[in-house]
Amino acid sequence: MSDIPAELLYTKSHEWIRDDGDGTVTIGITDHAQELLGDLVFVELPEVGDNVESGADCAVVESVKAASDVYSPVAGEIIEVNEALADAPETINESPYAEGWLFKVKLAEKADLSHLLSADAYQAIEDVD
Amino acid sequence: MLIFEQSVAGRHARAQAPRQPITLSGIPDAQRRKTPAALPQVSEMQAVRHYTRLSQLNFSIDTHFYPLGSCTMKYNPRGCQEVAALPGLVSRHPYAPESHSQGILACFHELQEMLKDITGMAEVSLSPAAGAQGEFAGVAMIRAYHESRNDTARTEILIPDAAHGTNPASAIMCGYKVREIPTGTDGDIDLDALADALGAQTAGIMLTNPSTLGVFDRKIETIATMVHKAGGLLYYDGANLNAILGKVRPGDMGFDVIHMNLHKTFSTPHGGGGPGAGPVGVSERLKPYLPIPMVGYNGDDYYWLTEKERPETIGRLSAFAGNAGILLRAWAYARMLGREGMHRVAEFSVLNANYMLKKLIDAGFQAAYPERRATHEFIITLKREASELGVNTMDFAKRLLDHGFHAPTTYFPLLIPECLLIEPTETEDKSTLDGFIEVMSKIEREARETPDVVKTAPHNLPVKRLDDVLAARQLDLRWRPKAV
Repeated sequence: MSDIPAELLYTKSHEWIRDDGDGTVTIGITDHAQELLGDLVFVELPEVGDNVESGADCAVVESVKAASDVYSPVAGEIIEVNEALADAPETINESPYAEGWLFKVKLAEKADLSHLLSADAYQAIEDVD
Repeated sequence: MLIFEQSVAGRHARAQAPRQPITLSGIPDAQRRKTPAALPQVSEMQAVRHYTRLSQLNFSIDTHFYPLGSCTMKYNPRGCQEVAALPGLVSRHPYAPESHSQGILACFHELQEMLKDITGMAEVSLSPAAGAQGEFAGVAMIRAYHESRNDTARTEILIPDAAHGTNPASAIMCGYKVREIPTGTDGDIDLDALADALGAQTAGIMLTNPSTLGVFDRKIETIATMVHKAGGLLYYDGANLNAILGKVRPGDMGFDVIHMNLHKTFSTPHGGGGPGAGPVGVSERLKPYLPIPMVGYNGDDYYWLTEKERPETIGRLSAFAGNAGILLRAWAYARMLGREGMHRVAEFSVLNANYMLKKLIDAGFQAAYPERRATHEFIITLKREASELGVNTMDFAKRLLDHGFHAPTTYFPLLIPECLLIEPTETEDKSTLDGFIEVMSKIEREARETPDVVKTAPHNLPVKRLDDVLAARQLDLRWRPKAV
């Protein structure tokens, strides 16, 4: 059984979102996602300053099995990316919810978080998977 | 052992033959190398044995069953190779006058006509030099068509999530945005999602039918109508043409453009990255844009169709007419089979796949779409084995190698967890298929009783389990001499 922290929000496409409380959010992929992908070997991150729409693909995580797009669950501006992943993509496997975060977004004014899933709702999706 | 590691300073190929002094003339001193090239210094016998030994370590269709789904690894008849190697064909120079090349031009023209007939398209060009180039040509023609009508607001190509990765790559190479269309639980395209995605921005849709999920999309006529109504065109990825050869024609399903992988359906060799051939066929409205050169025929003579005759062409994709030797093999194959043989290709490739699927289900394996009839390939998922026994698809694949079977395609399509995509092709006999099924059952037993044997496979090959994670993270393909 994979780890699904209760304080985070989730998407059907296996991203997690942490509300940092200051109009910014941190985004990564879930424990379940890293488990499905297997050992990660490459991560492509967005550029700081990029404006992203909700649902737009903005990063790629690649394992020996598959390359997978990561979608921004919210609209806003990329304000920080986890540079350390370039040399150590395995960090995502080891610590998907902490050191393995992917990027931070400053929420656009129109940004809407109401479509995001609670831990329980995400658990239900994972159970079907 | 690498050939470099066998090198001994001063050893050379001509053991007993007298050496002629080598004189260099006309090369200025400044441009001569000061140290000899770091080539391996071995005898001729060593070189012969080294490369012969390497060739014997290969898995190949000539030595092993190769059920690599999505790749159609069928037998390449030797007769076709012989035809393509006839001196009259091999010695043609591409610049030879048409009047001296009527034979080879006739072959190309016939191949164009046969491919046209079997796919139901209005015209075919043979010139793309591989499947990926065929895809590029196909999308480029869609673009040329919209641009010729000043319909330039069409910026999106729709692609189902089950598609081959080459489809989005080709669309992006042609300057389009890609929008993904989900697949329904039955394996067919989600029509509601398609309806939502279609609009004035839709340039076209790229479909593989049968899809990579090993099922034929039953709603293809509805899809074609919906896309055409929105003003988009339909692209047919010919990867899985083997399943429908002589049975259903993409042209009749409503497709506007198709590429064919001659190395799959028409049995030309799957080289190590080439040479390939990816002819494209089009409906009436895309004819002006076909890549050149093509071969025309006026009832008396065969002749090249070039920029002059086809001013709106998307252009040339390679020097001359693509990989001529590969086209000749496909021509010989198509002539050898004829119409009746083509039907049998589809019938036996589908029969073999469904036979294996049924037998594997009987043996306790889980099909991805048990309620659907398989096409020429099918998917089983080892999700249960992975979660209950800790033995995953990769372990099964590696253990199959120990038994002399090339592994099926693993972990593709991405929609199905722990999957094996199995394509037996029509050229395998029943005993080979039974042998594979027996070995799968044996590995399943091992996974329960002695899982470590499976998890550490292969055991009988020249190399053991490779660390593919390390290889991907620290790619190092360069051999360096040991410091002396």
